Amino acid sequence: MIRQKMVSENASGGIQRRDFLKVTVAASGGLLIGFHFFGVSQLASAQASSASSFMPNAFVRIGTDENITVIVNHSEMGQGVYTSLPMLLADELDADWSKIGYEPAPVDPKYNHPVFGVQMTGGSSSVYSGLQQFRQAGAAARALLIAAAAQQWNVDASACRTESGAVFNGTRRLSYGQLVGAAAKLTPPANVQLKDPKDFKLIGKPLKRLDTSVKINGSAEFGIDVKLPGMLTAVIARPPIFGESVKNFDDTRARSMPGVRKIVAIPAGVAVIADTFWQAKVARDALRVEWDEGKMANFNTSTMMQDFRERAKTAGASVRKDGDAESALASAARKIDAVYEVPYLSHLMMEPLNCVVDLRADSCEVWTGSQFQTVDRANAARIAGLPTEKVQLHTTFLGGGFGRRANPQSDFVVEATHVAKAAGAPIKVIWTREDDMQGGWYRPAFLHAIEGGIDASGNAVSWRSRLVGQSIMEGTPFAAMMLKGKQYDPASVEGVDDLPYAIPNVTVECHQAEIGVPVQWLRSVGHSHTAFAVECFVDELAALAQKDPYQFRRQLLQKQPRYLGVLDLAAQKAGWGKPLPKGMGRGIAVHFAFESYSAHVAEVSVTDGKVRVHRMVCAIDCGQYVNPGIIAAQTEGGAIFGASAALFQELTFANGRLQQTNFNTFPVLRMNECPVIETHIVENKEKAGGIGEPGVPCAAPAIANAVFAVTGKRIRRLPIRLTEAV
Amino acid sequence: MIGFSVNGKRVDLEVDPSTPLLWVIREQLGLTGTKYGCGMAQCGACTVHINGEAVRSCVAPVSRAAGTSVTTIEGLSPDLSHPLQRAWLEEDVPQCGYCQSGQLMSAAVLLREKPAPSDEDIDEAMTGNICRCGTYPRIRKAIHRAAAMVAKGGAR
Repeated sequence: MIRQKMVSENASGGIQRRDFLKVTVAASGGLLIGFHFFGVSQLASAQASSASSFMPNAFVRIGTDENITVIVNHSEMGQGVYTSLPMLLADELDADWSKIGYEPAPVDPKYNHPVFGVQMTGGSSSVYSGLQQFRQAGAAARALLIAAAAQQWNVDASACRTESGAVFNGTRRLSYGQLVGAAAKLTPPANVQLKDPKDFKLIGKPLKRLDTSVKINGSAEFGIDVKLPGMLTAVIARPPIFGESVKNFDDTRARSMPGVRKIVAIPAGVAVIADTFWQAKVARDALRVEWDEGKMANFNTSTMMQDFRERAKTAGASVRKDGDAESALASAARKIDAVYEVPYLSHLMMEPLNCVVDLRADSCEVWTGSQFQTVDRANAARIAGLPTEKVQLHTTFLGGGFGRRANPQSDFVVEATHVAKAAGAPIKVIWTREDDMQGGWYRPAFLHAIEGGIDASGNAVSWRSRLVGQSIMEGTPFAAMMLKGKQYDPASVEGVDDLPYAIPNVTVECHQAEIGVPVQWLRSVGHSHTAFAVECFVDELAALAQKDPYQFRRQLLQKQPRYLGVLDLAAQKAGWGKPLPKGMGRGIAVHFAFESYSAHVAEVSVTDGKVRVHRMVCAIDCGQYVNPGIIAAQTEGGAIFGASAALFQELTFANGRLQQTNFNTFPVLRMNECPVIETHIVENKEKAGGIGEPGVPCAAPAIANAVFAVTGKRIRRLPIRLTEAV
Repeated sequence: MIGFSVNGKRVDLEVDPSTPLLWVIREQLGLTGTKYGCGMAQCGACTVHINGEAVRSCVAPVSRAAGTSVTTIEGLSPDLSHPLQRAWLEEDVPQCGYCQSGQLMSAAVLLREKPAPSDEDIDEAMTGNICRCGTYPRIRKAIHRAAAMVAKGGAR
């Protein structure tokens, strides 16, 4: 979600070991080890040790019953953090994996993201940012347990070893559960030794996810499933056009409908509060609301794209300038230009947005699937008129997130808190699918015009990219950090600003469009569109040079070993160059995003103008990895997410109104359209990278390039429509 | 008053007969394993069985359930012992998990009707169930695995 360069910049500030572990005596006398990063120093005494359990630090609780609970500060939205982060801790703790459980962390500064400074989940960063954090927490707990055992046996700690949830001295054994009481009385060590990676027992193994059982018997609790005594349900009428507000409304019919308790205007629209969802929904649909006309009443995406095309003809804010692309273009032996266009996209999580709020006179509790806990809690407190510490936010399972549940305005939490103020009872706001799709915060539409030239020998000599689109960072908590001193949003150009190909003259420019459509990060963010344009255009240059697209890339990536690694692996596993049945073709793409490298080879056929993806071979290099099973699942999911956008998805506006409402007008790839997907992981010891998003960007260009291989036609606009191919 | 059985238990409810079965199951009966995804039989997240037949409960009025036997995900097995649940565990199928109740309920009908389903059978039975996380390849494998378990006599 956030550009990864920040990670290296911030991390280079260095986490000093002596600052890393600080010990605080909690109010109840238990011990907490806090993790201090980047000025975050407040430590709450939220949970502590008790007679039956011991919390050596904020991330783990050990029970006298031998059960070990890992407190996870990232949200589980499918990407596997309730398994991968506990693996890190459990390995250092030498715990018995069968005793490991997970628990979502409460909102507290000690659970802030070590890089981004707030409690949140995004940027494919949970594992690599938590790597040290969770390993340190496990190692610190282990040291305390060893010290407790050593004391009981009256031996030196160095004479003890740990294995599978117990401390040993020779043949003597004390289980971790047996040591809970003694360990709680000890002072945590100032320093802990982490394992040599060769001694890992869990890290690197394809362990099964810990959260599967509850997700296959109906017991996993998502935000929409939360039930409170006396709770009412609300459905909200929101403006059909962004920027409009309620002028007046007639609720005569709605008010008299069964179950309806209250109908109130709130800043987001008109809320119908009823006993059940269905009653609220039916009454909401019976409302007659008159809206103040905003500035978007004449907004059309077709005119917007026309405007983008015009703007791309002029120079934009300079993002990158190597050499002189203009002159090199002018003197190139052959040149080509192409304009790529991608539409607004909806995150379309399977679980529509929802939020439960229980607002009392001097406290407030919120239950929701949040990716942005610190921000959501602060916004709920602001609306409730309470100090932040009076608001608790409980993170449930997320039925998909993809960035939507990290809303910079906390839109779904703010409006639910407004409804709760009016309801006088615990309230659950549920968005219908249509509400969710029409509610904004989309991946922005982008236009990306590229001109390139080759010399007489077919070497690429010039590349000029111009992008036009909205900024997603404006108005977010990250705006100051991200946009400082820049005339463009780095999230708009990520993935082309670091064009890796050995081309001597490269210019990248960006025009920022000011449009009243709320936009936001969506899985793989800028990379979701830059990879499409860049990797399709590289293919076009290869064709211009009459070279094989894989070999053409190889030649330009000679000094980029990790790009080459995934490119070669994907090509080799896909059998690049081997004949395919008639009517089928292959396309290739390679990209770096979220600290990981990926390459895809897609095999497609085209029948009666319909593209069918048969196979996708994916290579991924995410450096040192934690769980290859989860990596494969995320890569499969990323490829399918990218393929859905490439093949089907587009949001369009006509006279300010969004034309799409549900899965029938904004389709998702289905079982009968799903290709065979293979994932191949590059083995190395490089620094860990992300996995939730890197699988997305290559899907669209690999598919589009494969369509060219079959049809000889170029796809320059998503979703793919062969009638528009050139 | 509308009466039917849910997971083997008789219920009698005072409810507007046009209310979708989904919301009666979720809100009146408190069985929240059955999910809302689209409200128009597009995504399959709300799939339950009525007399053994897979039904999109978001568009089925509760009146349709009157006098029938309804099974929800909570009734698929009491202890994760259904061959599909065992196969789902083996293949590590779910990601976010939200669509999985519906996937399992659709797959359960398929497996009963076609104990050795082909890929085409799986396509036909499962195409009405959307998964945004992209677990389709694992669902396919898990269905084949469950079929193999049943063939070996592993079924309950």
